[in-house]
Amino acid sequence: MRHLLGIEGLSREEILRLLDTAEAMLEISQREVKRVPTLRGKTIVNLFLEPSTRTRVSFEIAAKRLSADAINLQASGSSLSKKETLADMASNLEAMNVDLLVVRDRTAGVPKMLADRVRIPVVNAGDGAHEHPTQALLDALTLRQSFGSLEGRVVAIVGDIAHSRVARSDLLVFSALGAEVRVAGPPTMIPPGIEALGVKPYFSLEDALAGADAVVVLRIQQERLEGALFPGEREYAQNWSLTRRTLALAKPEAAVLHPGPINRGVEIASEVADAEPSRILDQVTNGVAVRMAVLYQLTGSEQ
Amino acid sequence: MSGLRIRKARVLDPASGRDEELDLEVEGGRISALGRDLPGRPEHVVEADGLWLAPGFVDLHSHLREPGQEYKEDIASGSLAAAAGGFTTVCCMANTDPVNDSPAITEYIRRRARESARVRVRPIAAATQGLRGEIMTEMISLTKAGAVAFSDDGEVIRDAAVMRRVLEYARGVDRPVIAHCEDPDLRGAGVMHEGGCSTACGLTGSPAEAESVMVARDLELARLSGAHLHIAHVSAGRSVELIREAKERGVRVTAEVTPHHLTFTDEIVRNYDTNAKMAPPLRSARDREALREGLADGTLDCVATDHAPHAAYEKDVEFTAAPFGVVGLETALPALLAVVRSGALSELEAVAKLSHAPARAFGLRAGTLEVGALADFVLIAPELAWKPEPSDLRSRSKNSPFLRRELVGRVVGTFVAGERVFDLGTGS
Repeated sequence: MRHLLGIEGLSREEILRLLDTAEAMLEISQREVKRVPTLRGKTIVNLFLEPSTRTRVSFEIAAKRLSADAINLQASGSSLSKKETLADMASNLEAMNVDLLVVRDRTAGVPKMLADRVRIPVVNAGDGAHEHPTQALLDALTLRQSFGSLEGRVVAIVGDIAHSRVARSDLLVFSALGAEVRVAGPPTMIPPGIEALGVKPYFSLEDALAGADAVVVLRIQQERLEGALFPGEREYAQNWSLTRRTLALAKPEAAVLHPGPINRGVEIASEVADAEPSRILDQVTNGVAVRMAVLYQLTGSEQ
Repeated sequence: MSGLRIRKARVLDPASGRDEELDLEVEGGRISALGRDLPGRPEHVVEADGLWLAPGFVDLHSHLREPGQEYKEDIASGSLAAAAGGFTTVCCMANTDPVNDSPAITEYIRRRARESARVRVRPIAAATQGLRGEIMTEMISLTKAGAVAFSDDGEVIRDAAVMRRVLEYARGVDRPVIAHCEDPDLRGAGVMHEGGCSTACGLTGSPAEAESVMVARDLELARLSGAHLHIAHVSAGRSVELIREAKERGVRVTAEVTPHHLTFTDEIVRNYDTNAKMAPPLRSARDREALREGLADGTLDCVATDHAPHAAYEKDVEFTAAPFGVVGLETALPALLAVVRSGALSELEAVAKLSHAPARAFGLRAGTLEVGALADFVLIAPELAWKPEPSDLRSRSKNSPFLRRELVGRVVGTFVAGERVFDLGTGS
């Protein structure tokens, strides 16, 4: 593995190895002194061209716990606001002997484009509606902690599948680990040809949840609710929100995941988000460990 | 004594249906004789054993970018690319800067062509002023100035009433109106074909229906107006069906298809190659099959390249930010020969679709090898295999989806009025 551009293209073995490494990393974050010298002297640039707090902080903490130097670059503060092209910017960073590039962009394909141009490893931290592989790995890790294995488990992903990179990466990683994946949302939010990715679309929340072992609730973007895809927030909250009532259709103790940040009362009710089956904060903890594992595998002594 | 003789070529002349080994002779810029073992001693002899001799190709849809965007292409470089691809007549689109929407610009393009072009350049003028889709251009004066057709191309005429009047008015000068059929609202922010690939790539798709609903509208307006509608770069199978049905009903419609839509599907967008980004987009394998069938049965009259040069730095950006369009003049022939190998077309038909058929669609005096015709013709090495590198392309821009792919068949010589304007052997 030279880059982490997506779950697509990863073998089941590579996924399992990343998850095993992440589990070992979890322990470091429990220590009094949360730092190991593994990546001392390495420079990691977090190039976040689309605003993000959670993922950027998670990558930054992951780099620091491994003793790497992490530099954060954001769209507004970067030379891209002076019309420098992305390709030129990446070449410049490489010329400064950066060891790894973490990239978040609003356009699908940007991490791949940069990986084709630089010799250093590139990690996709979310590209448009394409993939968000570290999120999917941390979701898989969270479900593995719940179930031991995803083999034969039923996972429902609910929300705006069409515009969600989390949905794409999640369904690929869950399928690769043997789970049955359902995607659910109003038809305007289910992209064409989704079946080709090995999942079954549902147009009813109730049907999608029936007998599910886990539910991934996607964040609903406000602008989508006001666009042509959906009549409005009230309609969504009344018909697609994960509440105690709708969650009861899933298996008892079904795990509830959400990539965050959550819109309380829209796609998920507080009574569900804050209660026991919710694994939302475990996801955040696991996110740091997964990102440590990715940085380690791409720049560590193994390379 | 005659000027030039091409000896022992396999002559493929779709106008006459001729396909046999013959000599061809040129005198005074025109074909003076065609036959076996011609008598006399010409001044120049080209031995063409093993080569095909076909009418010079005619491209109904090129962007030569002059005036205004000479950093992408100009008439000189574009006509060199045309010559290298076997095209002896090129119709150039109106979206220059300034737009070719006035007789002065049309005359300027023709003057620049006389000064710098190796092949015949025929301007297409805008259908509406400034390509704004509001007020029609001075089509009568433009026709007198040399415009061969009218089109706003990618700036789709959104208002059906404007399109109706444009068609009606163009009927008066008996020139075709070329329609780039994509409903701008349905296409939205789409950058590729909507389907499984766009879903997997996370890129916004544009459905095939964005084209077919506009094809349906324009066919109805063509029927209403009685005008000649020419549908540009058909990409969707459903559009082929609509055109076929309209032709059966007697609507005056002709249509073209590009080499890239005949060759590729949306699968090649998977690696986010911006040289696979054009409008309309590459569609499904089923659409491609329908295009090949439509070309074979004559629903799609001819091939046109939609040669659309863009500078490397313009394409070397995020997929969504890259401009639409690919170059196509220099790879059209091998793309068509691949369709021949697929069994969809005969060799003579492939030559026809590049030469005689487009000339006939626009009523241009070209695309024939009959005695007395202009001596515009091309020599082809049909089995020559090559993998185009950017440096092989004569176009100023190299944004081709055919780069580094195995192609078979190549133009080795191009002649305009009997003058050799391209020679692969000498590289000039």
